[in-house]
Amino acid sequence: MALYSEKVMDHFRNPRNVGVIEDADGVGTVGNAKCGDIMKMYLKIENDVIVDVKFETFGCGSAIASSSMATELIKGKPVSEALQLTNKAVAEALDGLPDYKMHCSVLAEEAIKAALEDYNHRKK
Amino acid sequence: MNVYADNAATTRLSPVALRAMLPYLENQYGNPSSLYSLGQRAKEAVETAREEIAAAIHAAPRELTFTSGGSEADNQALRTAAALGKKAGKTHIVSTAFEHHAVLHTLKALEREGFSVTLLDVHSDGLVRPDELAAALRDESCLVSIMYANNEIGTVQPIAELGAICRERGVLFHTDAVQAVGHLPIDAEAANVDLLSASAHKFHGPKGAGFLYARRGVRLQSLIEGGAQERGKRAGTENVAGIVGMAAALSERIPRMEQDAARVSALRDRLIAGLSEIPHAALNGDAARRLPGNVSFCFEGIEGESLLLLLDDRGICASSGSACTSGALDPSHVLLAIGRSHDVAHGSLRLTLGEDATEAEVDYIIQNVKEVVERLRGFSPVWRDLVSGKTPHIL
Repeated sequence: MALYSEKVMDHFRNPRNVGVIEDADGVGTVGNAKCGDIMKMYLKIENDVIVDVKFETFGCGSAIASSSMATELIKGKPVSEALQLTNKAVAEALDGLPDYKMHCSVLAEEAIKAALEDYNHRKK
Repeated sequence: MNVYADNAATTRLSPVALRAMLPYLENQYGNPSSLYSLGQRAKEAVETAREEIAAAIHAAPRELTFTSGGSEADNQALRTAAALGKKAGKTHIVSTAFEHHAVLHTLKALEREGFSVTLLDVHSDGLVRPDELAAALRDESCLVSIMYANNEIGTVQPIAELGAICRERGVLFHTDAVQAVGHLPIDAEAANVDLLSASAHKFHGPKGAGFLYARRGVRLQSLIEGGAQERGKRAGTENVAGIVGMAAALSERIPRMEQDAARVSALRDRLIAGLSEIPHAALNGDAARRLPGNVSFCFEGIEGESLLLLLDDRGICASSGSACTSGALDPSHVLLAIGRSHDVAHGSLRLTLGEDATEAEVDYIIQNVKEVVERLRGFSPVWRDLVSGKTPHIL
């Protein structure tokens, strides 16, 4: 039995939306290097719609795959919808994660929310 | 190319050992405790194996007790010394911060039972200082347990010197030699050890077999109660095929050891030199006083599990002290013990070469580790912060 699902491995090997958005409208960073996971999300938002998203992740295979999947799930979506993203949805979209790796999907949810919070904060 | 570079985890079973084992898995299935000849032939095989292994480590056959492997041998060694100590009113134990968990967890259990434990510093080079051992010993010390060679960073301790200190002070000395037996010449007598643990599958023998050497006069305490096998020190029907395979594997290693160690050490140094070209990378443990096949590195800005998965995609089997590879929250206690910070310890890679390693394999590893580290750093926010100067480099 493999450690991860095919989908996790696909997103780990070929992560989607990798990189940086220099003029991002919202940036969120969660986790810390001490624990071995850091995710950074960059959002480009127009008319309250996420038109572009990029990420950088320091972490294990499931952390990279979770970041990649999370970006896919919110790209092109309205901010209000992206705010509803749950870690469960990320894990399910990846055909599941091992129990002890579920925190990676939590981190992905938190990274998106931190970036959206930053966007809302900047808007004010 | 497929490269197995995780020989500290386990080794490929030697074909010689396999051939030696097969009769005891097929027709020679007797129980060594049975009196008919089928059983007695199995008994003879076990005793011949004991003689061969004893000769390989300069011990007497009756000083060897067969176990299920290294962990059991470690547990039995520590439990024995603790019980003997307690009888004499001595309840202090000295060990090191980077022992295998089979030792550390047993020490934790002994602490709960009233023993006090001092863990020696292993310093940034991964080596115990004999004078610090001497200073740590007390009148009530009953045991010193220090591993012969470390499983993660490969550093080889000055065992004979440490053993001499223990002997002079009348304290039992145990060494977990799981990574050393079959790879370094072991002389139980000259090394001044009282107890020594070993595991067959680390030297091309089968899994599920190991032994505990206990110097004559050190009365082992049984962990498993039952029949009178192993002179009453380890109940349970002997793993005959495993024991025979272990002896065959070790006997095969002995005459080739010196030559193999020289060749593998040269490949190790080639691998270390190659990986050292990666910026902000550092070798873990002393460069010279290490096992012939062990290479352990930390790379800044990346995490070990993703490194292993990408190397696996390229046919390279390796391991890491990253927390993510074990399901634990903290990275390897060994890397922390030599002073690596948490974030750097997460980016560790252990490559352990076998006797059949080739220069082409080493070069393939170097090339691929370089590429994979660069790729992971390419989208690591930690690496970005290091490169931009936002956080300072440690390595």
